[in-house]
Amino acid sequence: MSRLVVGPFNRVEGDLEVRLDVADGRVQQAEVSAPMYRGFEQMLPGRAPTDALTIVPRICGICSLSQSVAAARALSALAGGSLPDNGVHAINLMSAVENLADHITHFYLFFMADFAGEAYAGRAWHGEVSRRFAAGNGLHARRAIAARARWFTMMGTLGGRWPMSGSVLPGGSTRALDGVEVLRLQALVGEFRAFLEDTLFAAALEEVAGLDSAAALQRWHAREPMAGDLRCFLTLAQDLGLEQLGRGPGRYLCHGAYAQPDGTQPIPAGVWDEAACRLEPLVLQAVSEDLTHAWLRDEAAAPRHPSQGRTEPQADKPGAYSWNKAPRLDGRVVETGALARQLASGQPLLRDLARREGGNVRSRVVARLVEVACVLPWVEQWLAALQPRAPYHQPCELPAHGQGVGLVEAARGALGHWLAVSDGRIERYQIIAPTSWNFSPRDASGQPGALEAALVGTPVPEGAAQPVAVQHVVRSFDPCMVCTVH
Amino acid sequence: MNKTPLNVLWLQSGGCGGCSMSLLCADTGDFARLLESAGVRWLSHPALSLGDGRGLLALLDDCLAGRTALDLLVLEGAVLRGPHGSGGYHRLAGSGRSMSDWLRALAGVATHVAAVGSCAAYGGIAATGPNPTEACGLQYEDDEAGGLLGAAFRARGGLPVINIAGCPTHPGWVVDTFASLAAGRLQAADLDALGRPRFYADHLVHHGCTRNEYYEFKASAGLPSEQGCLMEHMGCKGTQAHADCNIRLWNGQGSCTRGGFACVSCTEPGFQDPGHAFDRTPKVAGIPIGLPTDMPKAWFVALASLSKSATPRRVKVNAGSDHVAVPPAVRRTRLK
Repeated sequence: MSRLVVGPFNRVEGDLEVRLDVADGRVQQAEVSAPMYRGFEQMLPGRAPTDALTIVPRICGICSLSQSVAAARALSALAGGSLPDNGVHAINLMSAVENLADHITHFYLFFMADFAGEAYAGRAWHGEVSRRFAAGNGLHARRAIAARARWFTMMGTLGGRWPMSGSVLPGGSTRALDGVEVLRLQALVGEFRAFLEDTLFAAALEEVAGLDSAAALQRWHAREPMAGDLRCFLTLAQDLGLEQLGRGPGRYLCHGAYAQPDGTQPIPAGVWDEAACRLEPLVLQAVSEDLTHAWLRDEAAAPRHPSQGRTEPQADKPGAYSWNKAPRLDGRVVETGALARQLASGQPLLRDLARREGGNVRSRVVARLVEVACVLPWVEQWLAALQPRAPYHQPCELPAHGQGVGLVEAARGALGHWLAVSDGRIERYQIIAPTSWNFSPRDASGQPGALEAALVGTPVPEGAAQPVAVQHVVRSFDPCMVCTVH
Repeated sequence: MNKTPLNVLWLQSGGCGGCSMSLLCADTGDFARLLESAGVRWLSHPALSLGDGRGLLALLDDCLAGRTALDLLVLEGAVLRGPHGSGGYHRLAGSGRSMSDWLRALAGVATHVAAVGSCAAYGGIAATGPNPTEACGLQYEDDEAGGLLGAAFRARGGLPVINIAGCPTHPGWVVDTFASLAAGRLQAADLDALGRPRFYADHLVHHGCTRNEYYEFKASAGLPSEQGCLMEHMGCKGTQAHADCNIRLWNGQGSCTRGGFACVSCTEPGFQDPGHAFDRTPKVAGIPIGLPTDMPKAWFVALASLSKSATPRRVKVNAGSDHVAVPPAVRRTRLK
């Protein structure tokens, strides 16, 4: 048995270290460490509750808007307020802009660059993949940066800027649009659709969203194996057996997304059980955070529900190896992200893939890209639903005492803020971010986190200091370490 | 364009990565070419480089040993000095060594050092409230010179730390600073008293604000989404914050005030702890405490009361609406 320390990673948001025990050319055991602490849960208590709206977006540069929405929802829950229809649509639009942009950033900049690396020189697809995705200079990666920047001009109009918009409030959005602005946004959506259909899919979005089984995906791929970047990925995934890599825990957490004015959610909340092929209800009371292996003080030693959570650093704690807590649902490990959302929403292709091969490197990537194809047409509908001259914001009076929970689906998965207010000040603020779930350390029972378990069995070639398969497994979760520890 | 490219090493510590994400929103059809034209050559950037972890650690060693020329060291995110000065709140993965230690060493061999974002410049959000991580900027702790490197620090090229402050930074501020350095055109006189490049810090967020007519008449928004001036009630510091946000817009046509929310003066040291709720303007006897920069108080009070009494009905009504409820009168504008 030899020990390998992998990190620092680049093309991962924030700093990450992975320690591997390797024997017989495979990972036997993994420890995932978040090596940086910032302390947002210590910064917020004592402040005016609305200060959270300025502070929490700064937890994360890549999902700042999702952090805003979670805070606004926690405050709205505290106040028992409601949003005007335009406010609901505007916030859904901004969330979708961020989530889709993040998927594009992940695929083109963070994930695919690894396949253009020298480890794969000699593969039949390597030349073409390098041409498209080489770090810094790949033709399609460059196109994607341009398309992403143009797509984010949606946020310039809807929310003033991205990242760190301040336009999302408990009562709606601060930015009312006029009629021609909506027309201009529709034209921008058209431009982004063209990039997706020309470059990413080489197919209409509806065709991709309509793929309804593993067999249909295979036929679609076989017809033109290198057309568009999704099929290019499927080609190399098939060659490398990426469906064998990074097996997840088989339980998937989704907070539900894009609630409409009538309360319906196109992506419902729930826990998808892969073995039972069933969406179970999400029981928030069953969420807890275990501090056993986190550098955080834990006198009680029992996992706490986030509404009772504590965050007090203890850098010299014996047995600890990460600043991340270990969130558990009913004591069990779950995976969260686009795959969880697609399973919860009943997308037939992803349900079929999960049934056949579970959560893995390939199905996580496919889920993200299929989600892009599914969500963009919704963006078109929500823009069309905006009512000119109807309100975007409704004033909302915050009580001096109370509690609120704000749940959202960020690009990387389930994000929750648990807020308690007392005497008009924040008394407690606890955050569980998507990568807190996916990259958690072990808990008191020794149960490894989702990535820790997913890495077991990953091949490590003799002499490889930074094995590339490990990089694929890590990046398939699209980790955000700055959110993870916050 | 530039014969010798600028070797840039970009590191992240106590921050959110938002300045990198913002940089990728630069207003260009080809980001890679934009940086190439600006004269930038990445030694390493956390979001843009292929190199694996071992490659980065080897690169840091090469820079320290002088085998690789480090023209510009960039930090994004605050320096985390805690706990108890150990730097243990961020140990660079794979190295076991605190990031603050790495930064001190690398700053000693770099020709220029830049702090990207208010965290790296002054501590920023990372230092808010009880400052649990003992966060500070590279050469400042809020508005006190010092920070990690000390007030006397000068990089080998002769400049103090260049503070591209903002939370996040506008992509243009970063690209223009890099291009100026690559072209040899950034001198000490081009930085303001807080180390910020003057090309953007010599402006105020107020300049070019679309709410200026409301400001002139003190026709103020009282509630979110209203069009009136955000200074009197909503906490806006645009008349004091140094930045060109309403001249050089964000993400196409945006800015904070255009997005309907107050400027929190994110380019200023200490913005994270204003001493009041971000969304409320503190007042004494009905007069905002934070008056416009360079404006004598007595004049402000006199002008405000005069202009309030002269406010046209259109401006008053529209200030309290989320759309133009009363359009400007249609008149002939040529000479009569």
